[in-house]
Amino acid sequence: MRAWRLYARSPAALLGALLVLAVAAMGLAAPLLYPDDPLGLAGRPLQWPGDNPRFPLGTDPSGRDIAAQIFHGARVSLLIGFAATLIAVAIGIAVGALAGFYGGAADTALMRVTEAFQTLPNFLLLLLLVAVFGSDLRTITVGIGAVSWPPVARLTRAEFLSLRTREFTQAARLQGLGDAHLILREVLPNALPPVLVYASVVMAVSILLESALSFLQLSDPNVPSWGNLIGLGRNVLRTEWFVSAIPGVAILLTILGVSLVGQGLNDALNPRLAGR
Amino acid sequence: MRVLLLALRRLGASIPTLLLILAGLFLLLQLAPGDTVDALMAQMGGGDAALAAELRRFYGLDLPVMARLGDYLWRLVRLDLGFSAIYGKPVATVILERLPATLLLMTASLSFAFAAGMALGVLAARRVNRWPDTLISTLGLVFYATPSFWFGLMAIVVFSVHLQWLPAGGFGDVAMGYTGWEAALDIAWHLVLPTLTLGLIFLAIYLRIMRASMLEVLSLDFVRTARAKGLTETRVVARHVLRNALLPMVTLIGLQAGTMLGGSVVVESVFALPGLGRLAYESVVQRDLNTLLGIVFVSALLVIAVNFVVDLLYARLDPRILSGR
Repeated sequence: MRAWRLYARSPAALLGALLVLAVAAMGLAAPLLYPDDPLGLAGRPLQWPGDNPRFPLGTDPSGRDIAAQIFHGARVSLLIGFAATLIAVAIGIAVGALAGFYGGAADTALMRVTEAFQTLPNFLLLLLLVAVFGSDLRTITVGIGAVSWPPVARLTRAEFLSLRTREFTQAARLQGLGDAHLILREVLPNALPPVLVYASVVMAVSILLESALSFLQLSDPNVPSWGNLIGLGRNVLRTEWFVSAIPGVAILLTILGVSLVGQGLNDALNPRLAGR
Repeated sequence: MRVLLLALRRLGASIPTLLLILAGLFLLLQLAPGDTVDALMAQMGGGDAALAAELRRFYGLDLPVMARLGDYLWRLVRLDLGFSAIYGKPVATVILERLPATLLLMTASLSFAFAAGMALGVLAARRVNRWPDTLISTLGLVFYATPSFWFGLMAIVVFSVHLQWLPAGGFGDVAMGYTGWEAALDIAWHLVLPTLTLGLIFLAIYLRIMRASMLEVLSLDFVRTARAKGLTETRVVARHVLRNALLPMVTLIGLQAGTMLGGSVVVESVFALPGLGRLAYESVVQRDLNTLLGIVFVSALLVIAVNFVVDLLYARLDPRILSGR
């Protein structure tokens, strides 16, 4: 409750929460407002926004409703972003916790793997995964999660390193509690706040990665996606630039919302750093 | 000299990482459905199992996985990246042809992002919580949220299509037949928009880090001492604060090198630049795994090289790193 009051004190954080909620509401409302297939033919192609009251945001080069694609795209972007973040945070916490808690050889080995992932440019690695495993929605989500975990692992490890020698951990150890209990019940809850704040960065990056992939037409072609629409608009950029412009604004506002929420959480969970 | 030794030791420590990467990539390819022989047989229009076995023996694909991994690593040590069936050339040649454009783009974007991020970060920190700070921080947030490929496309609409100030893409006007300085200027002219596009998100990150780092250093005791000596505010910032505040920025260069290479894939494809990133995209589309693997390998080498330079820079900026050991 105290954290929420601290969070709500900042107008920027409230704006962020509002943006994220708005995008989520768009995604939820998509099947109700646009029950038809958003990738189906809707009308004459390349109508400007406002020309036809049936298509408030116009139509794309294939005659599909842009508004319908924006609404359904919100669903896909948030779902992929959320699932990929969940995967990245789960891998990151597992690796970081084991490395930080046990130290020694386990730490060295796990950190070598983390370093290897950090040395490879993550978008290139994602391209490689797509080239090898194909580009359906599930593969892409897992792929984005699999290239985004190293910073989470480093952060978790640092927290574990400083928490595992604290008195409350030692007290629990003296009571004869097992390692699993120590890791999950004693150290992890205390290590979680900074990791959760960082999860917002992972989510922003995941949404950007997915949109970049679908912009290059390397994502699942059967799923409506903002990046995909921007890519389609490239061919008519000189005259009908609105096809690319509109979904870009949607991505920008989503990422902005997620970042502002992250910043607000950070200020609420670490009040000493607020204002930095 | 000690700087170099220290950096070389760090470089040596990255060799196991590189080996791990290569082994990982090799195993990843084992998971890919079908091998070279399957692709060849498909191209030939099918064939019997005896021919397939013959071909597998010829390419050494019948050996155990570990033996092939050893063979693969040994070829990489000799910088033999294999042959690209799509381009009809060795992969190393194809990559070398594409490397200059990417290196140029990355250097330009990094310099732009670093310089502008530093200037804006210092400005924001000097006017903390007043309107210049609010404006700069808000701009930073918006830049951070802007997808680079979208910004590139919108920049093309505004600056190339409507205002007609800058070219929409390409790496220079071949038809104009420029030589010497004119050619260099022409390339620079073509790189203005790509540089801004790729640098935007890094500008946002650098300005945020610079602002935070300036605020942190400004609160330290030695700054108060400098002020107490009667130094002007400009001199305090320029001579005492800046150098210390730059340390996290330099660290960031090393951390962001890989992200920047990844970003160049999208930016190069927006602006039709003949670089490594677009090559990566083309090889995904054409299922040219040999080339893609080569690019990933070269990128890893590049990231390691950048971090080597960052280590050298770091030790120059902060003498404590050397005396500490």
